[in-house]
Amino acid sequence: MSEQQHIQLAEESLAKQSTTLNLGPTHPATHGVFQNIMEIDGERVLSTVPTIGYIHRAFEKIAERRPYYQVTPLTDRLNYCSAPINNMGWHMTIEKLIGIQTPKRVDYMRVIIMELARIADHLICNSVVAVDTGALTGFTYVFQWRELIYEIYEEICGSRLTTNIGRVGGFERNFTPVAWQKINKFMEGFPKVMREFEALLNRNRIFMERCIDAGPISAERALNYSFTGPNLRAAGVDYDVRVAQPYSSYQDFDFKIPVGTTGDVYDRYMVRNDEIWQSYSIIEQALQKIAALEKEDPAQKDVFYAPESDAYHLPPKEDVYTKMEALIYHFKMIMGEIAVPAGEVYHGVEGANGEVGYYLISDGGRTPYRLHFRRPCFIYYQAYPEIVAGGLLSDAIITLSSLNVIAGELDA
Amino acid sequence: MALTNEILKQKLTDKFGEQLTEWEEQYALLTARIPADANLKVIQYLFETEGFQFLTDLTAVHYPDRTGEELCVVYHLHNLVENIRLRLKVYVPVEKPDVFTATKIFSGANWMERETYDNFGINFVGHPNLTRILNVDEMDYFPMRKEYQMEDPTRIDKDDEMFGRGGSI
Repeated sequence: MSEQQHIQLAEESLAKQSTTLNLGPTHPATHGVFQNIMEIDGERVLSTVPTIGYIHRAFEKIAERRPYYQVTPLTDRLNYCSAPINNMGWHMTIEKLIGIQTPKRVDYMRVIIMELARIADHLICNSVVAVDTGALTGFTYVFQWRELIYEIYEEICGSRLTTNIGRVGGFERNFTPVAWQKINKFMEGFPKVMREFEALLNRNRIFMERCIDAGPISAERALNYSFTGPNLRAAGVDYDVRVAQPYSSYQDFDFKIPVGTTGDVYDRYMVRNDEIWQSYSIIEQALQKIAALEKEDPAQKDVFYAPESDAYHLPPKEDVYTKMEALIYHFKMIMGEIAVPAGEVYHGVEGANGEVGYYLISDGGRTPYRLHFRRPCFIYYQAYPEIVAGGLLSDAIITLSSLNVIAGELDA
Repeated sequence: MALTNEILKQKLTDKFGEQLTEWEEQYALLTARIPADANLKVIQYLFETEGFQFLTDLTAVHYPDRTGEELCVVYHLHNLVENIRLRLKVYVPVEKPDVFTATKIFSGANWMERETYDNFGINFVGHPNLTRILNVDEMDYFPMRKEYQMEDPTRIDKDDEMFGRGGSI
């Protein structure tokens, strides 16, 4: 055996009083590929340096070579916990560019899907906060209901997680009777489950002690860090894109925007819980509005896309084989002969984590000239070192889960 | 009185005169071009006086055909009180893509500028930590620039001639 090699320590490492801790990128408590190199003194976090980009897939570059309808599956993979909101946001961006006005029924159907997605996303986030504080029951319980939401997606578009749901101008097909039944089943059973979930945690002494004052951020800092969504509202700013710049007929709905005060983990948890109830009420209203539309005019039952959008989404396969028009549109779309106006458009929607924005520059060609996703996770995760500095390591963990950082959205 | 695009344009013109050019309004969003050396002055003024205290988005675009001003940095600012958005553009040459950093005004600009640097190579002067963020550190080019094609141009099994843009971009 050769002479033993000694590890060479840096000179200053002997004098150093703090510990360097490498948390992640694959750590069970981080729920995704996040690496944080932390300096800790005992249990206190002194500083942290996040490393991101582990699942960077260059979507913006890929989108520059994809026809508009092929960009939708890319948006799925941003925030994969609420993919339908991203899909709808993208469709609406193109509709804004082209100038398509969607019928009311399509808007309401979209609202149902988007609010279901918001509920699913918030359920994951809140139940995971509970898991990280040591309570697994709530998580497994609400996951059955997230499963039910996924079954609704499945009935509408055929897939569950990365949905590719809807098309430019509306939906690829009408909601089937089974889809409506599944939505109604969810609406009937969910409040009881949600109340039970809240009873488990909201006033739970252990949960409150763990969450209150953990990872707080002030309204000023949150705004300066361009926070949006529940994380901003938990800090006390009532900014919600659904109200500020209504899209998809959100102005027709009556709902509240819950806000917190301190922006800590507990406030974020409570804001998300309240938003679940608000989303539930929005879906209820949307169902009533659709019923009223259909009662007024039975022909409304067959409206699931904007008639003027035919040239922009792939027609149903059976029409392609039997109808001349559909065949022409299909051919033109696949061959990239679709006329899209040149222009610049920014469209923001209220994603489950905040404002999901699409900045699209079209030069009239087949693909976007440039497409930039405003990804809320990417923007607010940079505040993480500031939020956790000075707190306990275990608070840093629940802060990460309550910020709801989704790796796919973070890295695009 | 509510702030509208017309009033905002008037106010900015009064304040900065000829420095702001190429005004346009697409899809109800007011856009202006600012010279690279005045970007902080304009943003600071908007932040302090006009209430544009929220940076929605910061990114860049590469226009290889615009000689001398190939790269364009785009800011989306938002006045949450008046609920009005504004888009600002700064054009810089690709040989010397220097733009002053907005991190002093918006903490949130930090990573947005790092991402823009990472993808386009914009040199944000004064940025506290202008390093790559999404791509690997060893990368020695800026991948979102148009000269880097998505697929290997020497591939012969895929002929895109018939499909829109062909093999160029």
